[in-house]
Amino acid sequence: MMESSSSHFKQPLLKTPFHRRARELSQVDSFIPWAGYTTVDVFTTAEQEYFAIRNAATLYDLTPMIKYRVIGRDAVAFLNRLVTRDVAKLKPNRVAYCVWCNDAGHLIDDGTLFRLGDSEYRICTAQRQIDWLLDSALGFEVQISEVTEQLAALAVQGPTSCAVLKAAGLRGVERLKPFETSDFTLDGAGAAGGQRLTVSRTGFTGDLGYELWMEPGAAESIWDILMLAGRSRGIRAIGSQALNIARIEAGFLSPNFDFVSAEHTIRIGTDRSPLELGLGWLVDFNKGHFTGRRALLDERQRGPQRQLVGLDVAGNKPAHNALLYKDHGGKREIGHVSSAVWSPTCKRNIGLAMVDAPHFKIGSTVWAEIYLSRELVWERRMSHAQVVERPFFAPERRRATPPAEF
Amino acid sequence: MQGPSPAPSRYDCVVIGAGHNGLVCAATLARGGRSVLLLEAAAQVGGAALTREFVPGFRVSAGAHLLHLMPAELIRDLKLENHGLEWAAQRMTTTALLGDSAPLALSPGAADHPGLSAADAAAYAAYTARMRRFAAALAPIFSKVPPRLGSTAWSDRMALLRMGWQIRKLGRRDMRELLRIGGMNVYDLLEENFESAALKGALGFDAVLGANFGPRSPGTVLTLLYRLAAESSAGASGLSQPKRGMGALCDALAKAAVAAGAVIRTQAPVANILVEADRACGVALESGERILAENVISSADPKTTFLKLLGTAHLDAGFVRRVDHIRSRGLAAKLHIALNRAPPFRAVSEAALRGRLLLAPSLQYIEHAYNHAKYGEFSASPVMEITVPSVNDPTLAPPGQHVLSAIVQYVPYALKEGWESARPRFLDAALDALERVAPGLRGCIVGIEVSTPVDLQREFRISGGHWHHGDLAFDQILMVRPVPGAAQYRSPVEGLFLCGAGCHPGGGVMGVAGRNAAQQVLKGGWFS
Repeated sequence: MMESSSSHFKQPLLKTPFHRRARELSQVDSFIPWAGYTTVDVFTTAEQEYFAIRNAATLYDLTPMIKYRVIGRDAVAFLNRLVTRDVAKLKPNRVAYCVWCNDAGHLIDDGTLFRLGDSEYRICTAQRQIDWLLDSALGFEVQISEVTEQLAALAVQGPTSCAVLKAAGLRGVERLKPFETSDFTLDGAGAAGGQRLTVSRTGFTGDLGYELWMEPGAAESIWDILMLAGRSRGIRAIGSQALNIARIEAGFLSPNFDFVSAEHTIRIGTDRSPLELGLGWLVDFNKGHFTGRRALLDERQRGPQRQLVGLDVAGNKPAHNALLYKDHGGKREIGHVSSAVWSPTCKRNIGLAMVDAPHFKIGSTVWAEIYLSRELVWERRMSHAQVVERPFFAPERRRATPPAEF
Repeated sequence: MQGPSPAPSRYDCVVIGAGHNGLVCAATLARGGRSVLLLEAAAQVGGAALTREFVPGFRVSAGAHLLHLMPAELIRDLKLENHGLEWAAQRMTTTALLGDSAPLALSPGAADHPGLSAADAAAYAAYTARMRRFAAALAPIFSKVPPRLGSTAWSDRMALLRMGWQIRKLGRRDMRELLRIGGMNVYDLLEENFESAALKGALGFDAVLGANFGPRSPGTVLTLLYRLAAESSAGASGLSQPKRGMGALCDALAKAAVAAGAVIRTQAPVANILVEADRACGVALESGERILAENVISSADPKTTFLKLLGTAHLDAGFVRRVDHIRSRGLAAKLHIALNRAPPFRAVSEAALRGRLLLAPSLQYIEHAYNHAKYGEFSASPVMEITVPSVNDPTLAPPGQHVLSAIVQYVPYALKEGWESARPRFLDAALDALERVAPGLRGCIVGIEVSTPVDLQREFRISGGHWHHGDLAFDQILMVRPVPGAAQYRSPVEGLFLCGAGCHPGGGVMGVAGRNAAQQVLKGGWFS
């Protein structure tokens, strides 16, 4: 791995350990940069890939996720001061979705926190932030290192994902509960036989699914064995576009779409707090001090000025970047849509939107100003929209343990 | 610890550190009717404002040796003169030592030197008058609590307006001049005004005394104005020398505090500040004893207070980052020499010996001295502020013998080669520099003591050994001193206050931080 990091200037985008496999399967040559890597946006069509997430099994390369290893005597104290949840409650081999804030209580990032052993943790997040982590470590006996390049990561998501993993030789994977992790050794005498990997029952699709963490050297053979094992269960490699549809249906936030990290914003008033983002359930005010606690207490007392909500928009045209109004006439602006999509599964026109008080209450009616290009002739449409509960799609199978045999 | 610990005692206020600011704070709080416990790690009060014996029979102020920034009304309010404060000298003169030629004498109105041109003499009068006007305009800012940045509260806005008005009130010409020079370096300013290298050196010295700057460093006019404004705010007594040294001032402060009802405990080092439900609720001593209090007020420097005594777990990460980044490495050492006779300064009159002597013969000389410090070395030819306190106060030395006290710059805290091996050579360099203006001085030495910033850190528990608990520079003064979020003597943790030199308006035996902090505690709510 040192080789790739020392010669990165010759190669603007790094290739993940799955890159050769992705290249072979790519039909439209649609690659996009992600955190310094080149990754697939679309293999065939986003719709086809999306339906595999909801009806079969999918492989998604998430190696570019930034991964930090946290160890040391004060690891729990450090993490508890960093994130808003109570890390002391996180048991070994469990994962927690977390957010962390700056002093003003504004979101720096979200991510998953893995407790890998008694005193080893891993933070997985979309954006690099070693400077913030190191500053947060002042006064704590803790070592933090980035291990992004030392781990290949693959999401296996979809209703048949558990069956695929079992067929691939991960014996007992069906016993894994949501947000649980476990180590596996692959059965069999094939190329992947004896390979070790860690599986967590986590994902970004809101469906039944797992994430696999492995040595980069094992990446290709594990990809191959999964593809083979999943052939009869409709397995398919997917890109970021299909995943984005699924994550909006699941109501998950995407950095730089639904919020911008408070470490990156330069304009006043564009930072967002977890309370505004509808993540108040992640904030534990009773666990002791954490960065941003005092500011968030003040905010809670004042009541949030705005809130991220789910929207159900009339019609079938996604309200991409639409401004929201109180009235049909469009006089009083009260928010904007940050993510929008036609949900193929729900058959609803859905979106995530930041809406000002008091219009963010469930059941409120707002008007979305949608621009449509009809063969380059633009139309403006005011669509009626209702504030609704998130997630839009939450099938029982995502939690069932053991999952049904699809 | 063994056995059950005794029931913890309880006070309204616990003040950490009995330096002058801690003492002023404790006295003010006690006078405000609060029950106050003042805790000091050392065996006596005073902190770095201390008089101690350094050679048998010879006593000296261990830190600052001149008092000129403590407001007259503070001395009056606390009745320090009734509590034993006496003056060995007031309105002391300044004399610049110039090696071979006769020294240059400076008084507020006139500069006196045989080589001085008529133009320089006239320029000096105009320059000092103008700087005095600027200082007077800025002075009110010094005594007040600085406003909060970004606050929309009426009182904060008013305070900012008042600052602006003070400057506007100077009139168009002076205001423009103040704004023009405010960001300059003192080297350029003095070059504009004067011809004489000696005069420029002497006037430039005060801009860099105790600072991490050479005369050509940006912002040195501001540091000079800052000193002048603090002096102007203090009142008219000028440079003064308390009888029996600076420790006597703190003894008087301690008596005032005790008279007002404060309890002082020495040899009681604080291990950490106790926090419960996000509120400071007392302190734990190194002995294990716990003392509960409604408010904890720390005169320790901000890094010691926040990073060591409180602990970063109680603070936001961004705040900790700001505290960690405070520039607080000292560059000033203290040199104490016991002499068997009066120091043989060349051509220095007995009257001049009663005043302050500067070894800073030109701006070049100061800049060269600073160059070394930039690269982690001590100055080959250091600059000095020298006093011979025993001339004004014979109690400090045996009859006929004398004490020389000098602030020596530049002496980096983080010396590249380490202080262990460098100390004797540094002492040699300092004595060589003295010998050039006082031939034969070496022959009169009875004993010597040097305190480098590392020694100051160890002896007085100041992180970085910085006299001001942090550089006084544009980004570390007023509402950003020590850092935003703690610039009004309050900390992010309810019930924990700062009262030391790390706060506005800084160090230099002023006592203003101690008084302002106490007033904030007495007020309770924000600016209420």
